[in-house]
Amino acid sequence: MADPVIRVCGLGKSYRTAAGLFPALREVDLEIQAGEFVAIMGPSGSGKSTFMNLLGCLDTPSCGEYFLTGQRVAQLSRDQLAELRNRSIGFVFQGFNLLPRMTLADNVALPLVYAGVERDQRQRRALDELARVGLGEYGNALPSRISGGQQQRVAIARALVNSPQLILADEPTGNLDSHTSEEIMMLFAALNREGITIVLVTHEPDIAAHAGRQVRFRDGRVVSDAPTPARVPTAC
Amino acid sequence: MLGEAWQAMGINRLRSALTMLGMVIGVGSVVLMMAIGQGAQYAVAQTISTMGSNLYILISGSTSAGGLRSGGGGGPTLTIADAAAIAELDGVVNVAPVQQGTQQLVAGASNWSSTVVGTTPPYLDARAWTIVSGYPFGDSDVRAATRVALIGQTAADNLFPNDDPLGKTMRIGQSPFMIIGVLGKKGQNLDGRDQDDTVIIPLTTAQRKVFGNPFPGSVRLILVQANSAEAMPAVEKSMVALLRQRHRLREGQDNDFYLRNLAAAADSAAETTRVMSVLLGAIASVSLLVGGIGIMNIMLVSVTERTREIGIRMAIGARQRDVLAQFLLEALMISIAGCLIGLLLGIGGALLTNALTDMVIVISGASILVAFTVAAGVGIFFGYYPALRAAALDPIEALRHQ
Repeated sequence: MADPVIRVCGLGKSYRTAAGLFPALREVDLEIQAGEFVAIMGPSGSGKSTFMNLLGCLDTPSCGEYFLTGQRVAQLSRDQLAELRNRSIGFVFQGFNLLPRMTLADNVALPLVYAGVERDQRQRRALDELARVGLGEYGNALPSRISGGQQQRVAIARALVNSPQLILADEPTGNLDSHTSEEIMMLFAALNREGITIVLVTHEPDIAAHAGRQVRFRDGRVVSDAPTPARVPTAC
Repeated sequence: MLGEAWQAMGINRLRSALTMLGMVIGVGSVVLMMAIGQGAQYAVAQTISTMGSNLYILISGSTSAGGLRSGGGGGPTLTIADAAAIAELDGVVNVAPVQQGTQQLVAGASNWSSTVVGTTPPYLDARAWTIVSGYPFGDSDVRAATRVALIGQTAADNLFPNDDPLGKTMRIGQSPFMIIGVLGKKGQNLDGRDQDDTVIIPLTTAQRKVFGNPFPGSVRLILVQANSAEAMPAVEKSMVALLRQRHRLREGQDNDFYLRNLAAAADSAAETTRVMSVLLGAIASVSLLVGGIGIMNIMLVSVTERTREIGIRMAIGARQRDVLAQFLLEALMISIAGCLIGLLLGIGGALLTNALTDMVIVISGASILVAFTVAAGVGIFFGYYPALRAAALDPIEALRHQ
């Protein structure tokens, strides 16, 4: 069987504070297989952001091991982590985080700049990804010209452009109204059906319901890890 | 990458322009000051070159009669034979024994008092003197003591105001001379003396017909030219040794001649202007430094403002060196753009100075290259620290930055 996309064992992270060493994350063990759609849930301070930073190779753990598609991450240097993020992980942020002075196509193509892809090819792949999220004709627009929902679609296109093994979405619907949120979640679900592994942080049960599996954090520990129960149609 | 840096500059045009202005003023003033400094050096070098280069003057020793000492050149210690012996030394190219003095010149109704130089043909080469019309006298003229003369421009203008002096006859003292050549114009020397107020005649003629000489075969001055500035110390040493031997001077006895190094005087004049131009350049560089600090200041502000952007770039795979390169390139672009404008302004200012004043201006490729290199260096040096700060940002912190 292929390596799981994510395998962490005994993963922990402590921060030094005035009151002493504060363990934000304690001894987490988790595996996420290719093609899964996982929602990470928990109240603020539960350690889920810390966990996401570690999964996203933005931070290094204090203890434990992290294997991303079989590759050991914990001991990599900053630049090696940057390359890993570039190749293997696509980020979707709550605040969209598009660069305001660049066209949408340039925004989407940005990861390819750091991957060393030729300009022509970058532009072509960026436009392909924009088309995939339904914004094919907006390549030359600036981010300020489009709505929040559209911006998040562009951010998703940017996350997809370098064909990563993993999409990490940190509260991707936090800044969107419920209708737009639903659209974005449908897009994630569609991408997941294409076989893309998605890990999503949210504190909204409605959003988490789109995922196939829900992992709950509390006080730096995983407190529950279960498939999403079949959706019960609710009467309005 | 380049396009992005250009774009970043365009975001805050006024700020980029003001930052650039520091470089513009810095580079402009360096170019202008160097042009003025080098112009001054050039002017001095021109004056020096009219005197002849790498020259020594040997002056015969003083005499003492009844407790009354003559000045240098009073005694008959140097001879034409000494001059011939010196000409054989290594590194010596031209040797010309000289007997000179002031004489009244008469031609027709005009008369004029001028310096008359009696010498041998190498004199013209040693002094880098050209003949504009006619021809110089030769060794045979010196041997035969012919009455031929080369006339300088000032003397010619005064004796033959409306006439070509070539082929005319004039009297020097009591003797008639035929003018066989007209000397090129030299202008004044470093003392302000008019070098063109001169007549040059064969040495033998001067001694026998014009000045008279109580000591046959002796001369008061010998002009010696070394083949290069590097050869001068060696020539000086061997010349002194040779003369001491020829004059049978014992160990401990003083030289019976004086040796003057004309290059030393020229060097000190050149050194003065060189110091001046270095000083001008140094003062101008201070403004370049200030411009560089301006760049650093703005780049630091820019890094702080764009912390979030840096975080985003890092999250999607920018390595530290990518971020470093981005900000370094921006700093470099500002400084090089400023440098180009500064070059244009500096050159324009130099040309304007040249047009409005009679100052000599020299714009050399080297000074432009230096200004350009220094500006690029300043951009890198002062852009490096802000770029390093940007590259060292923690991606998580940077992403959280509002």
